[in-house]
Amino acid sequence: MTFVKPTFRHPALTKNAVGFTKADYEGALSTLCAGCGHDSISASIVQACYELDIEPHRVAKFSGIGCSSKTPTYFLGNSHGFNTVHGRMPSVTTGANLANKDLIYLGVSGDGDSASIGLGQFCHVIRRNLNMTYIVMNNGCYGLTKGQDSATADRGSINKSGVENRFQSIDLAALALELGASFVARSFSGDKGQLIPLIKAALLHPGFAFIDVISPCVTFNNNDGSTKSYDFVRDHIDATSPLDFVPEEDEITLEYDPEKPAEVKLHDGSILNFYKLNPLWDPTDRNLSVERMNKARQEGHILTGLLYLEPSTSDLHKTLQTTAKPLNTLKEDDLCPGSQALDKINQGLR
Amino acid sequence: MSKPVRVNDMVIRFANVNGTGSASANDLFSKAVFRMGIPLSSKNFFPSNIQGLPTWYEVRVSEKGYTGRRNGVDLLVAVNPQTYAKDIATVVPGGYFLYDSTKNLHPELIRKDINYIGIPMMKLCMENYDIPRQQQLFKNIVYIGALATLLDVEMEVIRDIIRQMFAKKEKLIPPNFKALDLGANYVKENFSWPLEIRLERRDALGDQIFMDGNSAASLGALYGGVTFAAWYPITPSTSVISAFEKYCKKYRTNPDGTTNYAIVQAEDELAAIGMVIGASWNGARAFTSTSGAGISLMTEFLGLAYFAEVPAVIVNVQRGGPSTGMPTRTQQSDIISCAYASHGDTKQVLLFPSTPAECFEMTAQALDLAERLQTPVLVMTDLDLGMNLHLSPALKWDDNRKYDRGKVLNRQQLEEAKQFGRYLDVDGDGICYRTLPGTHPTKGSFFTRGTSRDEFARYTEEGEAYVRNMQRLQKKWKTAADLVPAPEVTRTGTSKLGVIYFGTTKFSADEALDMLAEEGMKFDVLRIKAFPFGGDVHKFIKDHEQVVVIEQNRDAQMRTVLMTELEIDPAKLISVVNYDGMPIAADTIYDQIKKRLSPIAVKA
Ligand SMILES: Cc1ncc(C[n+]2csc(CCOP(=O)(O)OP(=O)(O)O)c2C)c(N)n1
Ligand code: SF4
Ligand SMILES: [Mg+2]
Repeated sequence: MTFVKPTFRHPALTKNAVGFTKADYEGALSTLCAGCGHDSISASIVQACYELDIEPHRVAKFSGIGCSSKTPTYFLGNSHGFNTVHGRMPSVTTGANLANKDLIYLGVSGDGDSASIGLGQFCHVIRRNLNMTYIVMNNGCYGLTKGQDSATADRGSINKSGVENRFQSIDLAALALELGASFVARSFSGDKGQLIPLIKAALLHPGFAFIDVISPCVTFNNNDGSTKSYDFVRDHIDATSPLDFVPEEDEITLEYDPEKPAEVKLHDGSILNFYKLNPLWDPTDRNLSVERMNKARQEGHILTGLLYLEPSTSDLHKTLQTTAKPLNTLKEDDLCPGSQALDKINQGLR
Repeated sequence: MSKPVRVNDMVIRFANVNGTGSASANDLFSKAVFRMGIPLSSKNFFPSNIQGLPTWYEVRVSEKGYTGRRNGVDLLVAVNPQTYAKDIATVVPGGYFLYDSTKNLHPELIRKDINYIGIPMMKLCMENYDIPRQQQLFKNIVYIGALATLLDVEMEVIRDIIRQMFAKKEKLIPPNFKALDLGANYVKENFSWPLEIRLERRDALGDQIFMDGNSAASLGALYGGVTFAAWYPITPSTSVISAFEKYCKKYRTNPDGTTNYAIVQAEDELAAIGMVIGASWNGARAFTSTSGAGISLMTEFLGLAYFAEVPAVIVNVQRGGPSTGMPTRTQQSDIISCAYASHGDTKQVLLFPSTPAECFEMTAQALDLAERLQTPVLVMTDLDLGMNLHLSPALKWDDNRKYDRGKVLNRQQLEEAKQFGRYLDVDGDGICYRTLPGTHPTKGSFFTRGTSRDEFARYTEEGEAYVRNMQRLQKKWKTAADLVPAPEVTRTGTSKLGVIYFGTTKFSADEALDMLAEEGMKFDVLRIKAFPFGGDVHKFIKDHEQVVVIEQNRDAQMRTVLMTELEIDPAKLISVVNYDGMPIAADTIYDQIKKRLSPIAVKA
């Protein structure tokens, strides 16, 4: 079934700075199960893009295969999207990004899509520091194929049929850190207050930005004993710090009163404020981040928030030294050496 | 020696050890023959190894212009004792075995019906060069000097090539000249020369060039406007990308050091084709090159590109399969796996070049076709064409040529369009209009997917919508048949017998057909240049009583595809195949055609 939303817009819907209402960032009606965490993440993506005043057509969205990978249909309906094949979203996004450096690239994936079949591409897109936002909607299972354990299911977690997972889990955020990702965060689909600013910061980050979002599967992995259920996550969450995203042009206003926020300036001048829970916390220190994450893991806590950020980073285009013009705008004159050069080449082959 | 003199007609084979620098010395010899204006072909038979295993290099010289292989070696340059026994067996009676006589030949290696020419190559080098690596490298030049003298190659031509080779390292020129002279003088002092097989300057080559198909394909990508290449190393396709990179550095680098191209060495072939699809989807011309196992890995993505209708260009330099097969030997054995690459009802457009000039032209053309048809296009070359030096027409480019970017709506067209449906067949040719991300703030966006969808790119599982889409893709396939290069038909109308071949089979097949014609067996010939086949292929088969299909794989794959696609009676198509990994030889084709054709047909 294809659902088409009514296009009627309430006049009261306010337009953002680029003239779009929030509805302009929505997509088709979701066909996911009611209560699926993935839908909340879609909503956060909509809100983040609306608030960031991004023109929808400047975003290109990508996904693999899975319930999570279906979501690009349900957000940013005015953006081009590409639902690729299982586990291969990173490569398609890499090619697209290299073709046109001027768009914003947003990829969404599932834990099956990224931690199993697509683990190789996940690692390599990080190594290349592709300028993209990569969101994993992490439910610890394969939703679309009816709930098998995924590689992010925690050891000891119990699935819906009561079977305990006996295998070590892969922590994608830890792996991303290890592989040198320049932006690593973890969040929870149910915590929009934290997730929206993270998505905004990720979208503006000039390199690879990874967000592992725990996103419970209400149908197959929300049972007692599952470490990816709503209840378990709510009980074990440990935020690195509340955070708040301040666009460049806005005044820095603080909503509540910490001693002093830790500021991270993003490349475009925007500022990400951290309200430190821990005075030693510094999200730009990779070693500290790794330590902190390991500790939380040992203690059975789910550490969320911005885990690591390298504010000035150099993406794949910079590494390859591609021209300032998007490659897809280059014409015959820029590209074809012409017949005289070919005659010379011919001459060299005689 | 009073045998009749035979000019410009011979097969010379060099038997070397891999990694000893022999390849460039052997190329030097080929190039000298080329510069003397004599038709030739050269083929490298190398192992999947970096150092130490045997490797062969064969040069066919043919005044008549036959550049395919023929069996039998007239002169063998034996520099690898490991393979002496095997090598001696390949020499034709009356032929020559030139070897390093620093060590004596074992008596068992003596054949009465061939001639032995011993040159103490290593000894000469030890006496004249101090450094061991030099002794080894100049040994190669010593045998070139000896061989050139025996065959009457113009020494000045060789010296010229050496001067050019070392234009930037002039210091190396005198010791190379010295090595040449060591070989030449030894021959002059110890043997009668030249031999009765010898070379004589001709002016038979016109403006032809001598080049490998992989470099030519890479130039096709460069001229055809590729801005992005993704790849994963695999023999024999690797040099397509390394040549592309070399040319891009030269022709696509801006004065400020930035580049008008990007190349990514991917983590595997899945990622390589995925990247190409992503870039093509986003409006850049992109290509990849692969072989063997790489094609297998790409098939899931090829299905996506077929079904979601995204352009992609793949240069498949075919090698011996199945599996890792014979990775350094040639075959045309990916016909079926590429024609129907991926699960479901999938068909892929294939182009079949025969010469480096066609590798160039067809790669450029593939970029146009892929964008026009919004589908993958595979350029099906092979190891022989890709990695060996071939005589070829010069590469040509018309400066007025514009890239055909296909049906892509720009902002203004979207503004003016009454409606946009990504999969609406507006023109009735099965090809729909696409848009690129970022074109228009409110119009023309759509969701690309490998799942079934309706004309407006909306997900659907309705059987009717699915069937409509599959039928439209079938219509597009018919359109493709009109757009791809038409087959080349030669020797028309003289016979009830036909021959069909494609790719590198052309050269030895033409020679075999001349041999048969001399015996009164005449054939009309069709060279397939593309899949889908189009009406001309069907008509050709219909117009002949029997048609021989010559190809380089075990299972007669092209014959199978012809049968199924054109509904041909199997009895009508006679198969001639060679699949030992060596380029098919003229004598093989000649023998098989004589054996396989029914006597009745032959009489007609
Ligand atoms: C090559 C391939 N193998 C298997 C599948 C079947 N498949 C579809 S979705 C999926 C798992 C999805 O899991 P995940 O990425 O975690 O997404 P979720 O549904 O949990 O959001 C699998 C195995 C496929 N589409 N392609
Ligand atoms: S099966 Fe699970 S992941 Fe899929 S839509 Fe339902 S709740 Fe979400
Ligand atoms: Mg999952």
